[in-house]
Amino acid sequence: MAEPVKVLVIDDEPPIRRLLRASLPEREYELASAETGQQGVRMAATGNPDIILLDLGLPDIDGVEVARQIRGWSEVPIIVLSARGKEADKVLALDAGADDYLTKPFGVNELLARIRVALRHSRREDATSEGVVESGRLKIDLSARRVFVGGEEIRLTPNEYKLLSLLARHPGLVLTHKQLLTEAWGPAYVAETHYLRVYMAQLRHKIEEDPARPQLLRTEPGVGYRLMVD
Amino acid sequence: MERQRPDPDALLRSLQKEEERKKQGKLKVFLGMCAGVGKTYAMLSAAHEQVGRGLNLLVGYVETHGRAETDALLEGLNVLPFRYFKHKGVQIKEFDLETALKKRPNLILVDELAHTNAPGSRHTKRWQDVEELLNSGIDVHTTVNVQHIESLVDVVSQVTGTAIRETVPDAFIERADEIELVDIPPQELQQRLREGKVYQAERVDQALGGFFRTGNLIALRELALRRTADRVDAQMQHYRDEAGVHKLWGTRERVVACVAPNKLATKVVRAAARLAGSLHAEQIAAFVASDRQANLSEANRLMAEEAMNLAESLGMEVVRAVGHDIVGEILRISTERNATMVIVGKPVKPRWREILFGSVVDELIRRSGELNVQVITGEGEEATPPSRLASRDKVSVRSIVTTIVVTGLATVVSAAMFRYALDRANLVMMYLLTTAFIASRYGRTEAALAALLSVASFDFFFVPPRFTFSVSDSEYLFTFAVMLGVALLISSLSLQMRYQAQAASEREARASALYSLSRQLAESRKKEELAIATVRKLHDTFGVDAAIFMKREHTGSLIPVAKSMSHFEKQGNELAVAEWAYSRQQKAGLGTTTLAGAQALYVPLSSPRGSVGVLAIKPTDRHPLDSSLLNLVETIATGLALAVERTLLAKEMQDARVEAEAEQLRSALLSTVSHDLRTPLTSISGVASLLEQDPDMPKDKRQEMARTIREESERLGRLVRNLLDMSRLEAEAVEMNLEWQSVEELVGSAINRVESLLGGRKLEVQIEPDLPLVKIDSVLLEQALVNVLENACRHTPPTSPVNVSAMRLTPNKVGIVVTDEGPGIPPGDEARIFEKFYRKGEASGGSGLGLAIARGILNAHGGSVRAANRPSGGASFTIELPVPATQPEAPHG
Repeated sequence: MAEPVKVLVIDDEPPIRRLLRASLPEREYELASAETGQQGVRMAATGNPDIILLDLGLPDIDGVEVARQIRGWSEVPIIVLSARGKEADKVLALDAGADDYLTKPFGVNELLARIRVALRHSRREDATSEGVVESGRLKIDLSARRVFVGGEEIRLTPNEYKLLSLLARHPGLVLTHKQLLTEAWGPAYVAETHYLRVYMAQLRHKIEEDPARPQLLRTEPGVGYRLMVD
Repeated sequence: MERQRPDPDALLRSLQKEEERKKQGKLKVFLGMCAGVGKTYAMLSAAHEQVGRGLNLLVGYVETHGRAETDALLEGLNVLPFRYFKHKGVQIKEFDLETALKKRPNLILVDELAHTNAPGSRHTKRWQDVEELLNSGIDVHTTVNVQHIESLVDVVSQVTGTAIRETVPDAFIERADEIELVDIPPQELQQRLREGKVYQAERVDQALGGFFRTGNLIALRELALRRTADRVDAQMQHYRDEAGVHKLWGTRERVVACVAPNKLATKVVRAAARLAGSLHAEQIAAFVASDRQANLSEANRLMAEEAMNLAESLGMEVVRAVGHDIVGEILRISTERNATMVIVGKPVKPRWREILFGSVVDELIRRSGELNVQVITGEGEEATPPSRLASRDKVSVRSIVTTIVVTGLATVVSAAMFRYALDRANLVMMYLLTTAFIASRYGRTEAALAALLSVASFDFFFVPPRFTFSVSDSEYLFTFAVMLGVALLISSLSLQMRYQAQAASEREARASALYSLSRQLAESRKKEELAIATVRKLHDTFGVDAAIFMKREHTGSLIPVAKSMSHFEKQGNELAVAEWAYSRQQKAGLGTTTLAGAQALYVPLSSPRGSVGVLAIKPTDRHPLDSSLLNLVETIATGLALAVERTLLAKEMQDARVEAEAEQLRSALLSTVSHDLRTPLTSISGVASLLEQDPDMPKDKRQEMARTIREESERLGRLVRNLLDMSRLEAEAVEMNLEWQSVEELVGSAINRVESLLGGRKLEVQIEPDLPLVKIDSVLLEQALVNVLENACRHTPPTSPVNVSAMRLTPNKVGIVVTDEGPGIPPGDEARIFEKFYRKGEASGGSGLGLAIARGILNAHGGSVRAANRPSGGASFTIELPVPATQPEAPHG
């Protein structure tokens, strides 16, 4: 039996902490909680958690700042918890180093799925280490730079491949517009979101069954894109 | 007796006056008979007493004339420095009004009330400075000599033989709260003069022999004493009024001063003011502009204007009328106002002219009936000889040539007739006809020329001895005289007729222009439109430049909302003059006594609620600022002010209605929200407490309860989200984060979000290929689309299919259409379903806000959403989004 996963919850709301404690099965998860940002940063340093659930609205310091401080020394996956309509904050937190986000109110299944994805990514248990990412009909061979849909290889332009491989290296996680644009075109292009619109549309037409109801390349409005796995 | 009853309006007026005066500073006047009686000394002595009482006192302007005793009194008082400036190379010192207003003392001393300010000052006269001080709530002590009181000027100059230029209106002296007479016997004054206490020694002899003659001093002293006594009398009357001694409301005298365009005009006005003062009568100054004065010289016109201005400054009611029948107009004005007396000036005219042309005065006396007429005679004859119509009689080369040619033709015709042996008398008729023709068409010169040529031709060609000018028969001299007389008479008559026709058509044009303007004013809904219409009319029809200033709502600064002259408000201090006129609700600028250096006349647009703007008029050479223009401007200003007020009232009513509707909506929101929040909360807390109480509940029951809790909290969550979205949209607190987005991606992410709601139903999506990118806030627009999709799912059976399609509607519009096959929208409600809290039927689970939010979001994007029932059944929702004119640059690589 594997060691329980150490989860650090940084949230000042007791009901949320109670809910998380109830949602995460005791046998698999070991929960520690912090009520303030500073306490959270301290506990992240001393407690050596496997994953951090971080609320953005903290009483003392901004959640974005907490993410940035932790990222200063640790690669521990961080999932941000935030309300709808705060897309700008989410983007800030993601750009500051958070790995993913969950919009309140969220379901327990959604939470567990996000935790699993983030953990797999941090433990390099996902396919990225082997160089092959699979999702439904889609198979991306990162080492060979080849992409298959339903077993047949498809041809992608260099930019299409660049975007797809970026997303494939973080399977199931969200990448912000800024992250994608910086990686694919360079920091001077962070404002050119329409580049992404054009290439994502092209990619969807090549890999999705119904590009208007995408199952693989999900849009996170106001935030970025996510390549779905499982 | 009916008339004894107090007039409620008059009572109200007096109350309002009282109210107004309470806010104003108090005025105390130190009145003296002439210079040197010790007014300034008295004022300063009183000032020391006031300072002793701890009052914040400022010496604004005191002229000590180097008198040592007076100088000494300035010690220990707070003295405001003079304002020094150069005018035409001469150093001038003046009272510094600006600083005085800024310092805001309780009491200020300002010497020599009648002083005329140097050009470039804010007001022409010092008493206007004082008035401004009083209006801003500062008490003022001032000094004035009796000879400077407007209505006494004529009397004083008759007595002393000196012309007096500096005057203070009686009305201003009358408003003084206190008048202190500073009096010393004439002998004592002369003694002081000799001792050099008044003037420097070298001027003493000259003064004693001139102005300070004992006779003069006695007369002036009497005037001063009487004036003060009158004042005490008036106070007595006032006291009796207030104490309820109501006899005063009985008979009331009203004096009408007839202002004629001659030297006597101002004299008539002053006489009327004096008479009215002693009778406690109301005073009216009337000026009738008549076609009889068509040939009036500029100088005479100015005299009338000056007299009218004087009347206004004396506090008289000023009436201007236009009419052919001067006497008739005056009598009309008098009867309308229940006048008891008319005062008219009688200029000295040659007797023959009176016999020939009659006189207004005689006619007035004849037709006045019960009205008393007082006639004032003046030594000065009219300034310019009455040239009658001559001045309008322009002689041109063309008219002279025509005259010669026509007379020549007449001669030719006469020659032909003469051959057929017509009598010479008939030939005379022929020439008479010619002369009459010329006289009716041209002026007097041509008429005389025609007469002369006719007689000459007749004499030369037809009177024996023919072809000489010699006349054998003296009868023909008579013919010549008659012909000349007829020519002049006809030319005079026809000129008068032409003038009357012209005047009538001008009047007609003016009246119709005013009529059309008032119609425009009545139709306009916005005050800016009113202003523009007025300025255009003034410029196009009346030929003057105009501008209208109004207050900008948030900054409170006066700005031109319409003007026919460019950038003029930026020159000099025109805007400051406009401000002055606005805040004081008085005319200012050109042609007035306040800031007369301005380029334009500023007339405040006064409505019952105060100033609503200022009308500026800049006269042109062709249209000088004369009484008819003034009349017109005032009429227009009144009409415009009322119209502007009407628009303000309309706007207020509109605002109030909107406010009421908002209020109604808020209460609807509150009741709906409280109901919608309470329902899920009740079931959640109820079910949860059941779970808590009974731990041994069967599993299936427990699961059902848990599902209730989840569903109800989801419903609560949706409601809260919608409420937040709605309130943010309504508060316009939504910050739009616009970015380029493809319609396909937008539709895709919205469908992803409603996936769980779709359940087993079929959803078909058709997106037209190559749709342009749109510039939107993806988060908001996704929400709008989700709301529309949710609405479609919620109001159709669980298996009914939903269809989404996107297409280009026009070159600059894309559409997203959501159709369903459900029961459709109740007919007639297609627009209402986008209203807040619209609900179809009961308990559909919605908040009644989703579609309202969708509409709000789309409106914010410059798009729209509308609903319709499809002919084949079901509803269709069409979202329209604008496509920016330029698409972003395509990505490289």
